Amino acid sequence: MIQKANLEIFAETLLNLAKKDKQIVVVTSDSRGSGKLTQFGKELPDQIIEVGIAEQNLVGICAGLAAVGKKVFGVSPSSFLTARSLEQIKNDIAYSNHPVTLVGISAGVSYGQLGSTHHSIHDLAVLRTINNISIVVPSDNFETRESIKEAVNFKSPLFIRFGKKPMLKIHNEDDDFKIGKGVKIREGRDVMFVTTGETAQRALLASEILNKKNFSCLIINMHTIKPFDDDLFIDSLSKVKAVITVEEHSENGGLGEKCASIISQSNIKIPFKIVGFPDEYMTNGSQSDVLDHYNMSPEKLAEIAEDILK
Amino acid sequence: MDHKELELKSIEYRKTILDIIYNGGAGHTSGSLSCIDILNVLYNNVLKINPNNFNSTDRNRYVQSKGHTVEALYTVLCDQNFFSRKDLNSLNKFNSHFIGHPTRKVPGIEHNTGALGHGLSVAVGMAIGFKLDNKPYKVYTLLGDGELSEGSIWESLLSANKYNLDNLVIIIDRNGLQITGKTEEVNPIEPLLDKFQSFGLCVKQVNGNSVSELDQVFKEIPFENNQPNLIIANTIKGKGISFIENQVVWHHKLPSEEEYNKAIEELNIQLENFK
Repeated sequence: MIQKANLEIFAETLLNLAKKDKQIVVVTSDSRGSGKLTQFGKELPDQIIEVGIAEQNLVGICAGLAAVGKKVFGVSPSSFLTARSLEQIKNDIAYSNHPVTLVGISAGVSYGQLGSTHHSIHDLAVLRTINNISIVVPSDNFETRESIKEAVNFKSPLFIRFGKKPMLKIHNEDDDFKIGKGVKIREGRDVMFVTTGETAQRALLASEILNKKNFSCLIINMHTIKPFDDDLFIDSLSKVKAVITVEEHSENGGLGEKCASIISQSNIKIPFKIVGFPDEYMTNGSQSDVLDHYNMSPEKLAEIAEDILK
Repeated sequence: MDHKELELKSIEYRKTILDIIYNGGAGHTSGSLSCIDILNVLYNNVLKINPNNFNSTDRNRYVQSKGHTVEALYTVLCDQNFFSRKDLNSLNKFNSHFIGHPTRKVPGIEHNTGALGHGLSVAVGMAIGFKLDNKPYKVYTLLGDGELSEGSIWESLLSANKYNLDNLVIIIDRNGLQITGKTEEVNPIEPLLDKFQSFGLCVKQVNGNSVSELDQVFKEIPFENNQPNLIIANTIKGKGISFIENQVVWHHKLPSEEEYNKAIEELNIQLENFK
Protein backbone atom coordinates (compact mmCIF):
# COMPACT_ATOMS: atom_id res chain seq x y z
CA MET A 1 0.00 0.00 0.00
CA ILE A 2 1.33 3.41 -0.99
CA GLN A 3 1.29 5.91 1.85
CA LYS A 4 2.27 9.56 2.12
CA ALA A 5 5.77 10.94 1.72
CA ASN A 6 7.81 10.68 4.91
CA LEU A 7 8.32 14.43 4.59
CA GLU A 8 4.60 15.02 5.00
CA ILE A 9 4.40 12.69 7.97
CA PHE A 10 7.33 14.52 9.58
CA ALA A 11 5.59 17.89 9.17
CA GLU A 12 2.19 16.65 10.41
CA THR A 13 3.74 14.88 13.40
CA LEU A 14 5.82 17.86 14.41
CA LEU A 15 2.89 20.26 14.13
CA ASN A 16 0.73 18.03 16.33
CA LEU A 17 3.47 17.67 18.93
CA ALA A 18 4.31 21.38 18.90
CA LYS A 19 0.69 22.37 19.48
CA LYS A 20 0.86 20.53 22.80
CA ASP A 21 4.43 21.46 23.73
CA LYS A 22 5.31 25.15 23.46
CA GLN A 23 8.99 24.43 24.04
CA ILE A 24 9.23 22.86 20.60
CA VAL A 25 10.83 25.29 18.14
CA VAL A 26 11.54 24.76 14.46
CA VAL A 27 14.38 26.58 12.72
CA THR A 28 14.35 26.88 8.94
CA SER A 29 16.67 28.32 6.30
CA ASP A 30 14.13 29.50 3.73
CA SER A 31 13.08 25.85 3.80
CA ARG A 32 9.60 25.93 5.30
CA GLY A 33 8.02 25.26 1.91
CA SER A 34 10.37 22.42 1.02
CA GLY A 35 10.00 21.12 4.58
CA LYS A 36 6.16 21.16 4.32
CA LEU A 37 6.17 23.52 7.30
CA THR A 38 4.07 26.30 5.82
CA GLN A 39 1.08 25.18 7.88
CA PHE A 40 3.28 24.99 10.98
CA GLY A 41 4.30 28.60 10.38
CA LYS A 42 0.67 29.68 10.02
CA GLU A 43 -0.60 27.88 13.09
CA LEU A 44 2.40 28.35 15.38
CA PRO A 45 4.19 31.52 14.24
CA ASP A 46 5.89 31.88 17.64
CA GLN A 47 7.46 28.45 17.37
CA ILE A 48 9.23 28.85 14.05
CA ILE A 49 12.48 30.75 13.54
CA GLU A 50 13.45 31.68 9.99
CA VAL A 51 17.11 32.51 9.39
CA GLY A 52 17.06 32.85 5.62
CA ILE A 53 19.48 31.00 3.38
CA ALA A 54 22.17 30.65 6.03
CA GLU A 55 22.66 27.04 7.08
CA GLN A 56 25.69 27.65 9.29
CA ASN A 57 23.75 30.24 11.23
CA LEU A 58 20.78 27.87 11.40
CA VAL A 59 22.80 25.21 13.20
CA GLY A 60 24.41 27.69 15.60
CA ILE A 61 21.04 29.20 16.46
CA CYS A 62 19.65 25.70 17.07
CA ALA A 63 22.46 25.11 19.60
CA GLY A 64 21.73 28.38 21.38
CA LEU A 65 18.00 27.71 21.56
CA ALA A 66 18.65 24.25 23.01
CA ALA A 67 21.07 25.74 25.54
CA VAL A 68 18.25 27.84 27.01
CA GLY A 69 15.83 24.91 27.22
CA LYS A 70 14.07 24.75 23.86
CA LYS A 71 13.31 21.46 22.08
CA VAL A 72 14.80 22.30 18.74
CA PHE A 73 14.32 20.92 15.22
CA GLY A 74 16.63 22.44 12.59
CA VAL A 75 15.16 21.69 9.17
CA SER A 76 17.05 22.17 5.93
CA PRO A 77 17.88 20.16 2.80
CA SER A 78 20.24 17.41 3.88
CA SER A 79 22.79 18.35 1.25
CA PHE A 80 23.37 21.88 2.59
CA LEU A 81 22.71 21.07 6.23
CA THR A 82 25.41 18.43 6.45
CA ALA A 83 28.04 19.91 4.12
CA ARG A 84 27.76 23.70 4.45
CA SER A 85 27.26 23.50 8.22
CA LEU A 86 29.38 20.49 9.04
CA GLU A 87 31.64 22.40 11.42
CA GLN A 88 28.64 23.85 13.25
CA ILE A 89 27.19 20.35 13.61
CA LYS A 90 30.51 19.05 14.89
CA ASN A 91 31.30 21.85 17.34
CA ASP A 92 28.08 23.59 18.29
CA ILE A 93 25.79 20.56 18.45
CA ALA A 94 27.78 17.33 18.86
CA TYR A 95 30.92 18.45 20.70
CA SER A 96 28.96 20.91 22.84
CA ASN A 97 26.36 18.18 23.48
CA HIS A 98 23.21 20.21 22.88
CA PRO A 99 20.11 18.01 22.37
CA VAL A 100 19.16 19.37 18.95
CA THR A 101 17.41 17.35 16.24
CA LEU A 102 18.69 18.21 12.78
CA VAL A 103 16.33 17.13 10.03
CA GLY A 104 17.85 16.61 6.59
CA ILE A 105 14.98 16.88 4.12
CA SER A 106 15.06 15.78 0.47
CA ALA A 107 17.95 13.47 1.31
CA GLY A 108 19.85 11.12 -0.97
CA VAL A 109 18.99 11.84 -4.60
CA SER A 110 15.48 13.13 -3.81
CA TYR A 111 16.17 16.27 -5.79
CA GLY A 112 16.67 14.17 -8.92
CA GLN A 113 17.34 16.34 -11.92
CA LEU A 114 18.42 19.30 -9.81
CA GLY A 115 21.72 17.50 -9.74
CA SER A 116 24.67 16.80 -7.51
CA THR A 117 24.76 20.18 -5.74
CA HIS A 118 21.43 19.20 -4.19
CA HIS A 119 22.10 15.52 -3.58
CA SER A 120 23.24 14.29 -0.20
CA ILE A 121 25.01 11.03 -0.76
CA HIS A 122 27.73 12.04 1.71
CA ASP A 123 25.66 12.88 4.79
CA LEU A 124 25.69 9.50 6.55
CA ALA A 125 29.41 9.06 5.96
CA VAL A 126 30.46 12.44 7.29
CA LEU A 127 28.18 12.32 10.30
CA ARG A 128 29.29 8.78 11.12
CA THR A 129 32.74 10.26 11.81
CA ILE A 130 31.38 12.91 14.19
CA ASN A 131 31.32 11.76 17.81
CA ASN A 132 28.19 12.15 19.91
CA ILE A 133 25.48 12.38 17.27
CA SER A 134 22.91 9.68 16.46
CA ILE A 135 21.81 9.14 12.87
CA VAL A 136 18.32 7.93 11.96
CA VAL A 137 17.03 7.14 8.47
CA PRO A 138 13.37 6.08 8.70
CA SER A 139 11.93 3.82 6.01
CA ASP A 140 8.19 4.41 5.99
CA ASN A 141 5.54 6.69 7.49
CA PHE A 142 5.47 4.72 10.74
CA GLU A 143 9.22 4.91 11.35
CA THR A 144 9.21 8.61 10.45
CA ARG A 145 6.39 9.38 12.87
CA GLU A 146 7.95 7.36 15.67
CA SER A 147 11.41 8.84 15.19
CA ILE A 148 10.06 12.41 15.34
CA LYS A 149 8.06 11.55 18.47
CA GLU A 150 11.16 10.09 20.12
CA ALA A 151 13.29 13.04 18.98
CA VAL A 152 11.28 15.59 20.98
CA ASN A 153 12.70 14.41 24.29
CA PHE A 154 15.92 12.84 22.98
CA LYS A 155 18.70 13.82 25.34
CA SER A 156 21.58 14.12 22.88
CA PRO A 157 22.31 15.33 19.32
CA LEU A 158 20.30 13.64 16.60
CA PHE A 159 20.20 13.72 12.81
CA ILE A 160 17.20 12.38 10.88
CA ARG A 161 17.03 12.27 7.07
CA PHE A 162 14.37 11.21 4.58
CA GLY A 163 13.01 11.90 1.11
CA LYS A 164 9.88 13.47 -0.28
CA LYS A 165 8.21 10.77 -2.37
CA PRO A 166 5.23 8.62 -1.26
CA MET A 167 6.40 5.46 0.48
CA LEU A 168 5.21 1.88 0.70
CA LYS A 169 3.69 0.84 4.00
CA ILE A 170 6.14 -1.47 5.73
CA HIS A 171 5.12 -1.41 9.37
CA ASN A 172 1.89 -1.81 11.28
CA GLU A 173 1.02 0.98 13.67
CA ASP A 174 1.51 -1.26 16.71
CA ASP A 175 5.06 -2.32 15.75
CA ASP A 176 7.93 -1.52 18.07
CA PHE A 177 10.23 1.35 17.31
CA LYS A 178 13.19 2.62 19.23
CA ILE A 179 16.13 4.69 18.04
CA GLY A 180 19.18 2.41 18.12
CA LYS A 181 17.22 -0.81 17.51
CA GLY A 182 17.10 -2.17 13.98
CA VAL A 183 13.98 -3.94 12.77
CA LYS A 184 13.41 -7.19 10.97
CA ILE A 185 10.80 -6.61 8.30
CA ARG A 186 10.87 -10.04 6.61
CA GLU A 187 12.01 -13.46 7.79
CA GLY A 188 14.00 -15.56 5.33
CA ARG A 189 16.77 -18.13 4.84
CA ASP A 190 18.62 -17.52 1.58
CA VAL A 191 19.68 -13.93 1.21
CA MET A 192 19.54 -11.00 3.59
CA PHE A 193 18.89 -7.46 2.41
CA VAL A 194 20.17 -4.88 4.87
CA THR A 195 18.62 -1.50 4.20
CA THR A 196 18.49 1.92 5.74
CA GLY A 197 15.54 4.21 5.23
CA GLU A 198 13.67 4.44 2.01
CA THR A 199 15.64 1.75 0.15
CA ALA A 200 13.76 -0.74 2.35
CA GLN A 201 10.81 -0.61 -0.02
CA ARG A 202 13.01 -1.50 -2.98
CA ALA A 203 14.42 -4.49 -1.12
CA LEU A 204 10.87 -5.48 -0.20
CA LEU A 205 9.81 -5.44 -3.86
CA ALA A 206 12.96 -7.38 -4.79
CA SER A 207 12.09 -10.01 -2.19
CA GLU A 208 8.67 -10.49 -3.81
CA ILE A 209 10.35 -11.16 -7.16
CA LEU A 210 12.72 -13.60 -5.47
CA ASN A 211 9.94 -15.35 -3.57
CA LYS A 212 8.29 -16.22 -6.86
CA LYS A 213 11.54 -17.94 -7.82
CA ASN A 214 11.54 -19.83 -4.54
CA PHE A 215 14.22 -17.79 -2.84
CA SER A 216 13.50 -16.69 0.68
CA CYS A 217 14.68 -13.22 1.77
CA LEU A 218 15.38 -11.89 5.20
CA ILE A 219 15.20 -8.08 5.37
CA ILE A 220 16.44 -5.94 8.21
CA ASN A 221 16.06 -2.19 8.18
CA MET A 222 18.77 -0.43 10.11
CA HIS A 223 16.93 2.86 10.55
CA THR A 224 19.55 3.87 13.06
CA ILE A 225 22.94 4.11 11.39
CA LYS A 226 24.58 5.33 14.59
CA PRO A 227 24.62 3.83 17.18
CA PHE A 228 24.34 0.71 15.02
CA ASP A 229 22.42 -2.34 16.23
CA ASP A 230 25.34 -4.76 15.86
CA ASP A 231 23.47 -7.54 17.66
CA LEU A 232 20.53 -7.69 15.25
CA PHE A 233 22.89 -7.64 12.28
CA ILE A 234 25.21 -10.35 13.61
CA ASP A 235 22.32 -12.57 14.75
CA SER A 236 20.72 -12.27 11.33
CA LEU A 237 23.94 -13.24 9.53
CA SER A 238 23.74 -16.76 10.91
CA LYS A 239 20.34 -17.30 9.32
CA VAL A 240 21.25 -16.64 5.67
CA LYS A 241 23.72 -17.63 2.95
CA ALA A 242 24.52 -14.17 1.59
CA VAL A 243 24.15 -10.48 2.41
CA ILE A 244 23.33 -7.44 0.26
CA THR A 245 23.28 -3.92 1.69
CA VAL A 246 21.20 -1.27 -0.08
CA GLU A 247 21.50 2.46 0.58
CA GLU A 248 20.63 5.73 -1.11
CA HIS A 249 24.11 6.97 -0.34
CA SER A 250 27.70 6.70 -1.51
CA GLU A 251 29.22 3.24 -1.25
CA ASN A 252 31.92 5.00 0.77
CA GLY A 253 31.38 5.31 4.47
CA GLY A 254 27.71 4.40 4.74
CA LEU A 255 25.62 1.40 5.72
CA GLY A 256 27.49 -1.10 3.53
CA GLU A 257 30.93 -0.27 4.86
CA LYS A 258 29.58 -0.33 8.42
CA CYS A 259 28.30 -3.87 7.82
CA ALA A 260 31.55 -4.89 6.12
CA SER A 261 33.46 -3.65 9.11
CA ILE A 262 31.36 -5.74 11.50
CA ILE A 263 31.66 -8.86 9.35
CA SER A 264 35.40 -8.57 8.93
CA GLN A 265 35.98 -7.95 12.64
CA SER A 266 33.70 -10.81 13.70
CA ASN A 267 35.56 -13.50 11.77
CA ILE A 268 32.47 -14.33 9.78
CA LYS A 269 32.77 -15.57 6.21
CA ILE A 270 29.76 -14.86 4.04
CA PRO A 271 29.20 -13.63 0.47
CA PHE A 272 28.63 -9.90 0.74
CA LYS A 273 27.70 -7.08 -1.65
CA ILE A 274 27.33 -3.33 -1.14
CA VAL A 275 24.79 -1.55 -3.36
CA GLY A 276 25.03 2.23 -3.27
CA PHE A 277 26.37 5.03 -5.42
CA PRO A 278 29.85 4.31 -6.80
CA ASP A 279 32.66 6.86 -6.69
CA GLU A 280 32.15 8.32 -10.15
CA TYR A 281 30.94 11.43 -11.94
CA MET A 282 27.29 10.50 -11.49
CA THR A 283 24.55 10.41 -14.10
CA ASN A 284 21.48 12.66 -14.07
CA GLY A 285 17.79 11.88 -13.87
CA SER A 286 14.84 11.61 -11.56
CA GLN A 287 15.36 10.03 -8.14
CA SER A 288 13.88 6.82 -9.44
CA ASP A 289 15.98 6.88 -12.63
CA VAL A 290 19.16 7.40 -10.66
CA LEU A 291 18.38 4.67 -8.12
CA ASP A 292 17.50 2.27 -10.95
CA HIS A 293 20.66 3.14 -12.86
CA TYR A 294 22.82 2.33 -9.84
CA ASN A 295 21.39 -1.17 -9.35
CA MET A 296 18.65 -0.27 -6.89
CA SER A 297 15.62 -1.27 -9.01
CA PRO A 298 13.79 -4.25 -7.46
CA GLU A 299 14.58 -6.29 -10.58
CA LYS A 300 18.28 -5.53 -10.44
CA LEU A 301 18.45 -6.19 -6.70
CA ALA A 302 16.78 -9.57 -7.29
CA GLU A 303 19.30 -10.31 -10.04
CA ILE A 304 22.21 -9.41 -7.73
CA ALA A 305 20.74 -11.73 -5.10
CA GLU A 306 20.48 -14.62 -7.54
CA ASP A 307 24.09 -14.05 -8.66
CA ILE A 308 25.46 -13.92 -5.15
CA LEU A 309 23.62 -17.13 -4.21
CA LYS A 310 25.09 -19.08 -7.14
CA MET B 1 32.86 46.07 42.73
CA ASP B 2 34.25 49.60 42.51
CA HIS B 3 36.74 50.58 39.86
CA LYS B 4 39.75 50.45 42.20
CA GLU B 5 38.91 46.88 43.13
CA LEU B 6 38.43 45.98 39.49
CA GLU B 7 41.78 47.50 38.54
CA LEU B 8 43.48 45.49 41.25
CA LYS B 9 41.73 42.34 40.00
CA SER B 10 42.99 42.99 36.48
CA ILE B 11 46.62 43.03 37.63
CA GLU B 12 46.12 39.85 39.65
CA TYR B 13 44.35 38.17 36.73
CA ARG B 14 47.24 39.05 34.42
CA LYS B 15 49.62 37.36 36.85
CA THR B 16 47.45 34.24 36.87
CA ILE B 17 47.30 34.18 33.06
CA LEU B 18 51.09 34.36 32.86
CA ASP B 19 51.44 31.69 35.55
CA ILE B 20 49.11 29.13 34.04
CA ILE B 21 50.47 29.59 30.51
CA TYR B 22 54.06 29.35 31.71
CA ASN B 23 53.34 26.26 33.81
CA GLY B 24 51.04 24.72 31.22
CA GLY B 25 53.63 25.05 28.47
CA ALA B 26 51.31 26.79 25.97
CA GLY B 27 48.63 29.42 25.65
CA HIS B 28 47.35 32.48 23.86
CA THR B 29 49.26 35.01 25.90
CA SER B 30 48.69 38.36 24.23
CA GLY B 31 45.02 37.81 23.33
CA SER B 32 44.21 36.76 26.89
CA LEU B 33 45.90 39.92 28.15
CA SER B 34 43.91 42.09 25.74
CA CYS B 35 40.47 40.77 26.75
CA ILE B 36 40.99 40.20 30.48
CA ASP B 37 39.63 43.60 31.52
CA ILE B 38 36.42 42.89 29.63
CA LEU B 39 35.99 39.52 31.38
CA ASN B 40 36.87 41.11 34.70
CA VAL B 41 34.06 43.67 34.46
CA LEU B 42 31.59 41.17 33.01
CA TYR B 43 32.02 38.51 35.68
CA ASN B 44 32.45 40.83 38.66
CA ASN B 45 29.86 43.49 37.88
CA VAL B 46 27.53 42.49 35.06
CA LEU B 47 26.76 38.81 34.42
CA LYS B 48 25.65 37.60 37.86
CA ILE B 49 26.66 34.08 36.84
CA ASN B 50 28.08 32.00 39.67
CA PRO B 51 28.45 28.34 40.66
CA ASN B 52 25.12 28.48 42.52
CA ASN B 53 22.98 29.52 39.59
CA PHE B 54 24.99 28.05 36.72
CA ASN B 55 22.77 24.97 36.34
CA SER B 56 19.63 27.07 36.12
CA THR B 57 18.31 28.12 32.73
CA ASP B 58 17.12 31.39 34.28
CA ARG B 59 20.24 33.53 34.19
CA ASN B 60 22.39 35.57 31.84
CA ARG B 61 24.76 33.84 29.41
CA TYR B 62 28.32 34.45 28.27
CA VAL B 63 29.67 32.77 25.13
CA GLN B 64 33.32 33.32 24.31
CA SER B 65 33.47 33.08 20.56
CA LYS B 66 37.20 33.83 20.48
CA GLY B 67 37.81 30.57 22.27
CA HIS B 68 41.59 30.65 22.01
CA THR B 69 41.94 33.23 24.79
CA VAL B 70 40.51 30.69 27.19
CA GLU B 71 43.26 31.35 29.73
CA ALA B 72 41.60 34.69 30.51
CA LEU B 73 38.24 32.95 30.93
CA TYR B 74 39.67 30.19 33.16
CA THR B 75 41.35 32.83 35.29
CA VAL B 76 38.14 34.74 35.92
CA LEU B 77 36.04 31.60 36.45
CA CYS B 78 38.58 30.38 38.99
CA ASP B 79 38.26 33.67 40.84
CA GLN B 80 34.47 33.20 40.81
CA ASN B 81 35.00 29.85 42.58
CA PHE B 82 33.86 27.61 39.73
CA PHE B 83 36.96 25.50 40.41
CA SER B 84 40.11 25.63 42.49
CA ARG B 85 43.44 27.11 41.51
CA LYS B 86 44.88 23.62 41.96
CA ASP B 87 42.50 22.33 39.26
CA LEU B 88 43.41 25.23 36.99
CA ASN B 89 47.10 24.43 37.39
CA SER B 90 46.44 21.21 35.47
CA LEU B 91 46.08 23.31 32.27
CA ASN B 92 47.29 21.34 29.24
CA LYS B 93 48.26 18.28 31.30
CA PHE B 94 47.23 14.77 30.23
CA ASN B 95 43.62 13.99 31.19
CA SER B 96 42.95 17.55 32.37
CA HIS B 97 39.64 19.16 31.34
CA PHE B 98 41.54 22.43 31.15
CA ILE B 99 42.48 22.42 27.49
CA GLY B 100 43.43 25.22 25.12
CA HIS B 101 39.85 26.11 24.17
CA PRO B 102 36.62 26.36 26.15
CA THR B 103 34.87 23.08 26.84
CA ARG B 104 31.76 22.42 28.88
CA LYS B 105 33.68 19.80 30.80
CA VAL B 106 35.04 22.77 32.75
CA PRO B 107 32.56 24.20 35.29
CA GLY B 108 31.27 27.61 34.24
CA ILE B 109 31.86 27.19 30.52
CA GLU B 110 28.69 27.75 28.52
CA HIS B 111 29.60 26.50 25.08
CA ASN B 112 32.49 24.75 23.36
CA THR B 113 34.29 27.13 21.06
CA GLY B 114 37.64 27.24 19.32
CA ALA B 115 36.82 27.18 15.63
CA LEU B 116 36.12 30.82 14.91
CA GLY B 117 32.88 32.39 13.76
CA HIS B 118 30.64 30.07 15.81
CA GLY B 119 29.84 31.82 19.08
CA LEU B 120 27.68 34.61 17.73
CA SER B 121 25.09 32.30 16.11
CA VAL B 122 24.84 30.38 19.37
CA ALA B 123 24.44 33.61 21.33
CA VAL B 124 21.75 34.74 18.89
CA GLY B 125 19.92 31.43 19.45
CA MET B 126 20.06 31.94 23.22
CA ALA B 127 18.82 35.53 22.92
CA ILE B 128 15.93 34.46 20.67
CA GLY B 129 15.08 31.71 23.18
CA PHE B 130 14.88 34.24 26.05
CA LYS B 131 12.71 36.54 23.91
CA LEU B 132 10.34 33.68 23.03
CA ASP B 133 9.85 32.96 26.73
CA ASN B 134 9.68 36.65 27.71
CA LYS B 135 12.61 36.13 30.05
CA PRO B 136 14.65 39.19 31.06
CA TYR B 137 18.10 37.62 30.65
CA LYS B 138 20.86 38.93 28.43
CA VAL B 139 23.42 37.11 26.32
CA TYR B 140 26.96 38.44 26.09
CA THR B 141 29.46 37.23 23.55
CA LEU B 142 33.09 38.16 22.96
CA LEU B 143 34.45 38.11 19.41
CA GLY B 144 37.96 38.66 18.16
CA ASP B 145 38.61 41.17 15.39
CA GLY B 146 40.45 38.65 13.21
CA GLU B 147 37.41 36.42 13.60
CA LEU B 148 35.26 38.96 11.78
CA SER B 149 36.49 37.58 8.45
CA GLU B 150 34.32 34.51 9.05
CA GLY B 151 31.17 34.75 6.93
CA SER B 152 29.03 33.08 9.58
CA ILE B 153 29.43 36.21 11.76
CA TRP B 154 27.58 38.26 9.21
CA GLU B 155 24.87 35.62 8.81
CA SER B 156 24.29 35.84 12.57
CA LEU B 157 24.12 39.64 12.54
CA LEU B 158 21.26 39.49 10.02
CA SER B 159 19.28 37.31 12.43
CA ALA B 160 20.17 39.49 15.43
CA ASN B 161 18.72 42.46 13.58
CA LYS B 162 15.66 40.58 12.32
CA TYR B 163 14.70 39.43 15.80
CA ASN B 164 15.37 42.86 17.43
CA LEU B 165 17.72 41.30 19.96
CA ASP B 166 18.26 44.14 22.41
CA ASN B 167 19.09 41.40 24.92
CA LEU B 168 22.20 40.49 22.90
CA VAL B 169 25.51 42.20 23.70
CA ILE B 170 28.33 41.65 21.23
CA ILE B 171 31.77 42.76 22.34
CA ILE B 172 34.59 43.02 19.81
CA ASP B 173 38.07 42.68 21.27
CA ARG B 174 39.54 45.15 18.78
CA ASN B 175 43.24 44.69 19.41
CA GLY B 176 44.13 45.08 15.75
CA LEU B 177 46.34 42.01 15.50
CA GLN B 178 45.89 38.39 14.48
CA ILE B 179 48.31 35.50 14.15
CA THR B 180 49.79 36.68 10.84
CA GLY B 181 49.93 40.42 11.52
CA LYS B 182 47.73 43.49 11.57
CA THR B 183 44.06 42.80 10.82
CA GLU B 184 44.06 45.69 8.38
CA GLU B 185 46.90 44.08 6.43
CA VAL B 186 45.75 40.45 6.64
CA ASN B 187 42.17 41.19 5.57
CA PRO B 188 40.90 44.72 6.18
CA ILE B 189 37.67 44.92 8.20
CA GLU B 190 37.31 48.70 8.59
CA PRO B 191 35.18 50.75 8.65
CA LEU B 192 33.80 48.52 11.39
CA LEU B 193 31.47 51.05 12.97
CA ASP B 194 29.75 51.75 9.65
CA LYS B 195 29.50 48.05 8.84
CA PHE B 196 27.84 47.17 12.13
CA GLN B 197 25.52 50.18 12.04
CA SER B 198 24.43 49.29 8.52
CA PHE B 199 23.55 45.80 9.83
CA GLY B 200 21.10 47.45 12.24
CA LEU B 201 23.15 47.29 15.43
CA CYS B 202 23.52 50.02 18.00
CA VAL B 203 27.27 50.49 18.37
CA LYS B 204 29.42 52.10 21.06
CA GLN B 205 33.18 52.30 21.25
CA VAL B 206 35.18 52.19 24.47
CA ASN B 207 38.71 51.71 25.68
CA GLY B 208 38.48 47.96 26.26
CA ASN B 209 41.33 48.02 28.74
CA SER B 210 39.61 50.60 30.94
CA VAL B 211 37.48 48.92 33.59
CA SER B 212 35.64 52.18 34.29
CA GLU B 213 34.70 52.75 30.64
CA LEU B 214 33.62 49.12 30.32
CA ASP B 215 31.60 49.24 33.52
CA GLN B 216 29.85 52.39 32.34
CA VAL B 217 29.02 51.06 28.84
CA PHE B 218 27.54 47.84 30.22
CA LYS B 219 25.25 49.96 32.44
CA GLU B 220 23.85 51.64 29.32
CA ILE B 221 22.46 48.38 27.89
CA PRO B 222 20.09 48.25 26.10
CA PHE B 223 21.51 51.11 24.10
CA GLU B 224 18.23 51.32 22.18
CA ASN B 225 15.06 49.27 22.46
CA ASN B 226 14.74 46.52 19.85
CA GLN B 227 18.30 46.90 18.57
CA PRO B 228 21.17 44.49 19.24
CA ASN B 229 24.01 46.06 21.25
CA LEU B 230 27.56 46.04 19.96
CA ILE B 231 30.61 47.34 21.77
CA ILE B 232 33.85 47.89 19.92
CA ALA B 233 36.34 47.48 22.75
CA ASN B 234 39.59 49.03 21.56
CA THR B 235 42.30 47.07 23.31
CA ILE B 236 46.03 46.52 23.23
CA LYS B 237 47.08 42.97 22.48
CA GLY B 238 49.43 41.93 25.28
CA LYS B 239 48.20 44.80 27.49
CA GLY B 240 50.07 45.20 30.76
CA ILE B 241 53.43 43.68 29.86
CA SER B 242 55.70 46.16 28.08
CA PHE B 243 57.53 43.71 25.83
CA ILE B 244 54.39 41.74 24.88
CA GLU B 245 52.19 44.72 24.00
CA ASN B 246 51.41 44.97 20.27
CA GLN B 247 53.91 42.26 19.35
CA VAL B 248 52.47 39.89 16.74
CA VAL B 249 54.80 37.08 17.81
CA TRP B 250 53.10 36.75 21.22
CA HIS B 251 49.82 35.45 19.78
CA HIS B 252 50.67 31.90 20.88
CA LYS B 253 54.19 32.27 22.21
CA LEU B 254 55.29 30.67 25.44
CA PRO B 255 57.38 32.95 27.68
CA SER B 256 60.90 31.76 28.47
CA GLU B 257 61.86 31.62 32.16
CA GLU B 258 63.52 35.02 31.82
CA GLU B 259 60.51 36.51 30.03
CA TYR B 260 58.14 35.05 32.59
CA ASN B 261 60.12 36.46 35.49
CA LYS B 262 60.35 39.85 33.83
CA ALA B 263 56.60 39.90 33.14
CA ILE B 264 55.75 38.98 36.73
CA GLU B 265 58.18 41.64 37.95
CA GLU B 266 56.40 44.27 35.83
CA LEU B 267 53.05 43.19 37.24
CA ASN B 268 54.43 43.23 40.81
CA ILE B 269 55.60 46.81 40.25
CA GLN B 270 52.08 47.68 39.01
CA LEU B 271 50.68 46.14 42.19
CA GLU B 272 53.13 48.13 44.35
CA ASN B 273 52.31 51.38 42.56
CA PHE B 274 48.63 50.61 42.89
CA LYS B 275 48.83 50.37 46.65
